[in-house]
Amino acid sequence: MNKNALEYAIRYGFIVLLAGLALFFSLYASGFASPRSAVFIFQSVAITGILALGVTCTLVVGGFDLSIGSVATSSLMLSAYSMVVLEQSAFVAVALCLVMGAVVGLINGFLIVKMRVPDLLATLGMMFLLIGLQRIPTQGNSVATGMSLADGTVAEGTFSAAFLWLGRHRFDLFLDRLLPVPVVLFLVIAGLIWLFLGFTRHGRLMYAIGSNERAASLVGTNVQRYKVVAYMISGVLASIGGILLAARLGRGDIASGNNLLLDSVAAALIGFAVLGAARPNAFGTAAGALFVGILLQGLTMMNAPYYMQDFVKGAVLVAALVFTFYLSSRRGGRRNA
Amino acid sequence: MVGGKVAKITCKISGLEKSFGRNHVLRGIDLTLHEGEVTALMGANGAGKSTLVKVLCGYHHADAGEIELAGAPFAPMDASDAIAKGVVTVHQSIDDGVIPDLDVATNLTLDRLTEPGANLFVNDRSLRRRAEEVAASMGLAMDVRARVADLDVADRQMIAIARAMARSPKLLILDEPTSSLSASEAERLFALIDRLRADGVAILYISHRMSDLRRVADRIVSMRDGAISGIFEGEELDYVGAVNAMLGHQMTEVDIEPVSGGAPILEARDLRLFEGSPPISFTAREGEVIAFTGLLGSGTTELAEILFGLSAAAGGELTLDGRAYRPASAAQAVAQGVFMSPKDRGSNAVIADFDIANNMTLPFLRAFSTFSFLSESGQRRAARDMIARIGVKCESDRDGIDTLSGGNQQKVMIGRWLLKASRVLLLDEPFQGVDIGARRDIGHYIRETSAGRTTLVFVAEIDEALEIADRIIVLNEAAIASEHLNKNIDLNRLVADVSGRVREPHGSGTDAVCGPVTAAQSKAG
Repeated sequence: MNKNALEYAIRYGFIVLLAGLALFFSLYASGFASPRSAVFIFQSVAITGILALGVTCTLVVGGFDLSIGSVATSSLMLSAYSMVVLEQSAFVAVALCLVMGAVVGLINGFLIVKMRVPDLLATLGMMFLLIGLQRIPTQGNSVATGMSLADGTVAEGTFSAAFLWLGRHRFDLFLDRLLPVPVVLFLVIAGLIWLFLGFTRHGRLMYAIGSNERAASLVGTNVQRYKVVAYMISGVLASIGGILLAARLGRGDIASGNNLLLDSVAAALIGFAVLGAARPNAFGTAAGALFVGILLQGLTMMNAPYYMQDFVKGAVLVAALVFTFYLSSRRGGRRNA
Repeated sequence: MVGGKVAKITCKISGLEKSFGRNHVLRGIDLTLHEGEVTALMGANGAGKSTLVKVLCGYHHADAGEIELAGAPFAPMDASDAIAKGVVTVHQSIDDGVIPDLDVATNLTLDRLTEPGANLFVNDRSLRRRAEEVAASMGLAMDVRARVADLDVADRQMIAIARAMARSPKLLILDEPTSSLSASEAERLFALIDRLRADGVAILYISHRMSDLRRVADRIVSMRDGAISGIFEGEELDYVGAVNAMLGHQMTEVDIEPVSGGAPILEARDLRLFEGSPPISFTAREGEVIAFTGLLGSGTTELAEILFGLSAAAGGELTLDGRAYRPASAAQAVAQGVFMSPKDRGSNAVIADFDIANNMTLPFLRAFSTFSFLSESGQRRAARDMIARIGVKCESDRDGIDTLSGGNQQKVMIGRWLLKASRVLLLDEPFQGVDIGARRDIGHYIRETSAGRTTLVFVAEIDEALEIADRIIVLNEAAIASEHLNKNIDLNRLVADVSGRVREPHGSGTDAVCGPVTAAQSKAG
């Protein structure tokens, strides 16, 4: 029975905690329990969550992608640059960013699979490279209409309305202008990744690679291809995150997106603990992102100072990791006994 | 030993017993090891030799029995205590013994750095001087500043041994030391062993390679099922007897009526497993089960890998159903209907995170999905069906694979490749870590389903081959030594072929004199 209690705690503990937290804030933080507040939480985690779903794919194949934050900021700068300086349409800007994300993922995969650079190091290198690269075309400045360029002219282009729609439009749902586009995209992408990882043979093979790469290759799986694909998914999702950020901000701000990497990695790792999965999974990642969002929103509404945010996130992450690795290993040990 | 010299006893083991749970691994070992003598220890997987070594080097404590070392009782508390008392072990995996990123000097003197009272600061010059002394005393000529990672395998092996020798041990245990050495590298190791023997060190040498044993062994001890099953010494070592004692003939009762098979499916013509190894040719026919057997390092694993596209042959041709067959990867082999259940299931086959159904259906997920979406019910139906047919003992197909016993895990791993029809089924050590009941089930099911494909089984143990095959092909040093139909087999001949005596019918022991003096002349061909 003790065993069952432990099993129950591992499986539902996190969800119970999430519900308890929501209940607590509903009771003690006035205005927390409202549709607008809920949407605000979703909006605050949408971009982080999309990036986290990408990292989840690389975690599934036993890898890691540290370059997602810099891919997102590069995508932010690239979309701004292509519209403001190159005066391209929204469609071109989005297409450029997606291609950039896919190419970065391809290069990451190539470095890891063919050059045999360890995943953390390869993507760390790529992170540095992109942080530097995104500053070169604008000499380190942010991109906005009216900025002066190197040749002395002034940038005439503007963010097109269609592009800004991606970040700012809100769909009606029961209430007028309730659901922002990034939230809808986050939910759609979470659903797609959940289906892909959990219910397709490709997802199943990716989990097999993450668990025992050699065994997976000996049943005839093209391990290298799946790994490259995982990094490409991660790159593309990170570039989508960057597009949404640019569309929300309306300028190519060089300083934004600093926290994206840590927040999204944290969400993916917290996701290990959800439903006792003890492995990366899309549902857990989305729940992990929401958990952090609810906690921060609640604390903010209870007047906790903003500088406590990172501390709270870190504490949640450490607790979730202990939950996953310690409790689950005890469970495994008992099961074998 | 040779020359009638009465050698002093270095180590005397009497009545040693060790159990793990109900598993009685050592059942009363009596063994004496003499100064300046190389004792070769042979035993099949699970015979208990690694447990014996682990007791000697302090990893396990014996349940009963006594060990004496140089006349004093020896009961090491742990590994470092065993080393301090003079029993030093060089383990099979060389890279466990050296630190590749450091230089030779540091590697040779590493133990000194961990000694209590060692200086806080490392004096590189005195370190190198000391290392050079150690190297010189061992007859090693290498730059002590070289990084170990840049050295070849033999040099690394030498360093591991040299560091062990810096402790001036009384007993040196070498566990499969030549398993990753080439012939010339091995020769350098043997020269070193000769020096140590001359210095009066007792050496326990664990190996299956006949050529090694011919070169260095003064005495052969065979183990089987946790007991010593034979000791062979004297002027002429009886290798055939030793192999026989190691393998034994405790056959399970399996009655095989060998079939000769139908149309040829897989043909090998002048296939060479290694650069410079002799060509081998065989034809595998529809419906027959062929066992390839041979000692460790005889080429069975390499042959399986070549057939499954994991490595390329050094020469020769393969045909599958009459067409050229040259798989470049496991995926290509599987696509052409050549399936393999690899050895060492833990590292090569089992997906520990998956349940039985997902482990079983892994190679054929495409067949269980529509537009890439998996049909879980289809997977579970197929798995339940196979579980019933091959007799996996479990609660349901949702059980985690790691909740199963070794034999049941192996049934899942083999059942995996029987879900779909194959042209060639390769089974590399299918009975590894499998109890006798599961072994019988697996063997029975493989034979029952053998129609419509050809089955090649790679096993080191002869009785396993006898239990499953229609035909047995013996490999020795990457060549086909002989071929037997599994009917009234002359076991002595089979064992002789396995141990590599077939090409020297009159040489009963002329090359077996392995004393230190004549060692140089007795290199196996």
